[in-house]
Amino acid sequence: MESLSGMTTADTHCPYCALQCAMRLSAGDPVTVSGRDFVVNGGGLCQKGWTSAELLAHPDRLTAPLVRQAGVLRRATWDEALDRVVAGVRDVQRAHGRDAVAVFGGGGLTNEKAYALGRFARVALRTATIDYNGRFCMSSAAAAGNRAFGADRGLPFPVTDIRDAGAVLLVGANPAETMPPFLRHLPGERLITVDPRVTATARHGALHLQPTPGTDLALANGLLHLAITEGLVDEAYVAARTTGFDEVRRTVAQWWPARVERLTGVPIADLLATVHRLAAADTAMVLTARGAEQHATGTDTVTAFVNLALALGLPGRPGSGYGCLTGQGNGQGGREHGQKADQLPGYRRLDDPAARAHVAAVWGVDPDDLPGPGPSAYELLTAEKMRALLVFGSNPVVSAPRAAGVERRLAGLDLLVVTDFVLSETAALADVVLPAAQWAEEDGTMTNLEGRVIRRTRLRPPPPGVRTDLEILAALSGRLGAPVSARPREVFDELRRASAGGTADYAGITYERITAEGGVFWPCPAEDHPGTPRMFLERFATPDGRARFVAVDHRGPAEQPCADYPLYLTTGRVLTQYQSGAQTRRIAGLPGRAFVELHPDLAGRLGIADGDDVAVSTRRGSATAPARLSTAIRPDTVFMPFHWGGAARANTLTNPALDPVSRMPEFKVCAARVALA
Amino acid sequence: MRVVVAGYGMAGARVVSELRARGADVTAFGAETHRPYNRVMLSTLLAGKVREDDLTLAAPPPGADLRLGVPVTALDLARRVVVTPEGEQAYDALVLATGATAVLPPMDGVPAATAHVLRTLDDCRGILAAAGGARSAVVLGGGLLGLEAARGLAGCGLAVTVVHAGGHVMDRQLDPDGGHVLARTLRDLGVCVRVGARATAWTGDRLLLADGTAVPGDLLVVACGARPDTALARAAGLAVHRGVLVDDGLRTSDPHVYAVGDCAEHDGTVHGLVAPAWEQAAALADRLTGGTARYRGSRLVTRLKAGGIDLAAMGSVAPDPDAEVVTFADPARGTYVRLVIRGDRLAGAVLLGDNPSVGAVTQLYDRDAPVPADRRSLLFGRAFGAEPAAPAASPAFMPDHAVVCRCNSVPKAAITACWRSGARSVADVAAATRATTGCGGCADAVTGIVDWLSTVEPEVTV
Repeated sequence: MESLSGMTTADTHCPYCALQCAMRLSAGDPVTVSGRDFVVNGGGLCQKGWTSAELLAHPDRLTAPLVRQAGVLRRATWDEALDRVVAGVRDVQRAHGRDAVAVFGGGGLTNEKAYALGRFARVALRTATIDYNGRFCMSSAAAAGNRAFGADRGLPFPVTDIRDAGAVLLVGANPAETMPPFLRHLPGERLITVDPRVTATARHGALHLQPTPGTDLALANGLLHLAITEGLVDEAYVAARTTGFDEVRRTVAQWWPARVERLTGVPIADLLATVHRLAAADTAMVLTARGAEQHATGTDTVTAFVNLALALGLPGRPGSGYGCLTGQGNGQGGREHGQKADQLPGYRRLDDPAARAHVAAVWGVDPDDLPGPGPSAYELLTAEKMRALLVFGSNPVVSAPRAAGVERRLAGLDLLVVTDFVLSETAALADVVLPAAQWAEEDGTMTNLEGRVIRRTRLRPPPPGVRTDLEILAALSGRLGAPVSARPREVFDELRRASAGGTADYAGITYERITAEGGVFWPCPAEDHPGTPRMFLERFATPDGRARFVAVDHRGPAEQPCADYPLYLTTGRVLTQYQSGAQTRRIAGLPGRAFVELHPDLAGRLGIADGDDVAVSTRRGSATAPARLSTAIRPDTVFMPFHWGGAARANTLTNPALDPVSRMPEFKVCAARVALA
Repeated sequence: MRVVVAGYGMAGARVVSELRARGADVTAFGAETHRPYNRVMLSTLLAGKVREDDLTLAAPPPGADLRLGVPVTALDLARRVVVTPEGEQAYDALVLATGATAVLPPMDGVPAATAHVLRTLDDCRGILAAAGGARSAVVLGGGLLGLEAARGLAGCGLAVTVVHAGGHVMDRQLDPDGGHVLARTLRDLGVCVRVGARATAWTGDRLLLADGTAVPGDLLVVACGARPDTALARAAGLAVHRGVLVDDGLRTSDPHVYAVGDCAEHDGTVHGLVAPAWEQAAALADRLTGGTARYRGSRLVTRLKAGGIDLAAMGSVAPDPDAEVVTFADPARGTYVRLVIRGDRLAGAVLLGDNPSVGAVTQLYDRDAPVPADRRSLLFGRAFGAEPAAPAASPAFMPDHAVVCRCNSVPKAAITACWRSGARSVADVAAATRATTGCGGCADAVTGIVDWLSTVEPEVTV
């Protein structure tokens, strides 16, 4: 193994978000963290990164497998735990069929692990039932990107291009809290934000559009309508590099400014200013994130913003473009290599016979033995026919929509196996908990929000009793009669072969090149290929090389406020926490607790004072947290961060209405009522 | 069930789309051969900002039986058939969406080749053709459509005079003060306004007024409103007042016949706008496919935003002793706001000029939602009372608890403490507190605090 044990430092990247800030870890007790100069973070870290090493020696850390006996999780040996898993899997598959065993992965897993997990499901378990939490994160942007450009790389350009852009439209993103060092690349004086809340990011920008939750698609169509009526369309680009504009033109003709203003609440003057600033700049960008994407209409909403970018001639032009800000640490790589329900490594499609043949050859199996596409994340987690579930790198009891239902479903399984390094809310329900290594204890690669493949480097081995995810997968595979390597480099080399010729082609990327070149951008089909920092400059990845306009229309949220639930509830993130909070909530240096943000006018009418415990209720249930009064939010909307479990769990409330294309749940808007608890 | 729609303009087309989206069988007859177009955009076309093609409405979901160029000429309610030149078509439910026709006032000299109405795409083409060779125009009628036409023609370079019978322009929507501010704005844009003027004749190059004066112009645009097209309904014996009478289910006096859009009269009101027609279309489609939606009337918002005019008007702003009235006027900048509040709800509003709150006010009215406790936020578009502190002019005025570095949650007090512990540079402070090490945006602020500390506490040494 390429362990760096023995060295006192490791140059690696932050364990949290997709920005993957470069950091140097120094061995000792405690391990210390320092920012490392790298083009993405310029040596900067936010407080999540600075405190990340606190979890390495945390008392909550799991250091032995746990097996449920007589209803209680008790320490067990690895053999006992692994035997229990394999016996349980075999029992379920014998009685209920292969697909009754499900696998749920995560967007924080390294490329090697995401790849190995997909192979494990399809070759060792031979189940079609695998998906991952990226479905809750990147799926709408991915679907829209594939539809428009024929490929989905979150940012098809280096992050530094954003810093130099003449105008940036940032839709539904709050990087000032979710990935603070990203603001080094975000030119405030040239930034236009779209968010129902006046976030720290909105304050950083020059113009803020504050739409009604669930109206982003109409907003985008309205902006394109104005781009047309103001004569700002790049007709030459549209003619040369795209198809399908005529139908889009007709659709957005119905989104005249007064209609858009009334629906969204965004003044026409601000809509006009937005399109003029985007069109007047030499280079401009349209960027989306979860605020636009986590809707039952998320794919179409992103498509509407892509249409705007295409009409203005931005994608595939140096310094301009459309991009999405990926969220999870390996949200990019994690969606490329086969832990997704419909996918094989290299961003290949599982229903494509040529892709099946290629990957089956790498795996040494018959293509006909590979299962077909399976259900998407929420459908998987709630499927009646599922009897066993293996979870890696995810905490769906906190992060899935309508989480109380998911929690009940998981508690009723014949077998629930969770691999994690702390006893997360999901792990607490498990029959078997397998203690996993943390980022400082393993090697591998991550693919950051730019599509840049970077190295995660090991500082020291895991503590006794703890194994890496790859070792766990290899042990289970071996017991199931399909042995694989647990060595990151060997797994990566296999991934390279499996991805060769695919959309996300890693064939030419090596650990050595990554270290020498400061990362390599995919696609990189050969070792003498320089990688691809900027995609689409010559042609898009569609069969005819042109980007595709797709006509999309506003449909609105699945749930509208009504007499019983008169408010919009939207959910999101805060600076001091990461995703389901299983890691960050345990870190003393990261303060914070759950809250309900609401406008003082709304609070006044409800008799709620700052700090009062308030109950937020939706058709799915209720959650309780202290009120935080703020004029930064619309008076018709309340906000809850989703990082907490238990009574303050925001996802108890969220609506599992799914996008018809991406199967993304509608995390960002539902109807709610609020009262003093 | 077979639904037949008579009329394929904006309302009829919307009914077809809504029905197809719900899977209903639908046949639509339209007198015109072209696809329906977006009438809202005619004034934008007049202003030269879009091409005709952009007015075409998107095709309905597939499966609709569209008979374009085939007018419905009669209804046989007893046999439930419509009559067309192509023959008869049976229906289970019939939707009348026959629209309205522009009103020509009783006045000598109209119609004439130089006098135009602005209702259809053909009208718009005619005006554009006439404007090409003209230097001046008269617009008769100072309502929304008249002002949109005037603005469009002024944008084409014509000298335009608006002649209006009422005491001020848009008198159905605006209070007198608002009307005067709008007239002043129009004047600045090259549009003259004559109010309280009754036209008596059009001579072909002059509009004669009852007071004996005349307004010269190379063409006349008549914008005196529209009259519902109710001929089919009347001939069939349906109850008709100004429009075809409908109930909350959009049903006419015949239980199998419905009406929507400009031809329909609901609760004493005939709407001439698209938004109510579309709301009616959605409600009707729901009912015809087994739903229970009811149409309870529409909240009308009049919006004019083009070439220097920014006007939103909604509800009633007429004097009312029981109402709370909030006003703001800055005539020099053409800004005027009048809000009429009853209880804690917005009964009406006028916003003219640059008003960042226009979206919020419109939504409050639209939803009949409670107004903010501090009314100023409705005037100026920002919240009052609890705004986060602006950056202090000097670090001396910054409270100790003020967060300087957000990314790492570093308050001013921590930097001061760090200084007192011996840090003397931004780098020292960054190393000790992590301030500036996230996004880097607070570097100037931290530098400012360090400089300030070195001035006020130079004697402190460690």
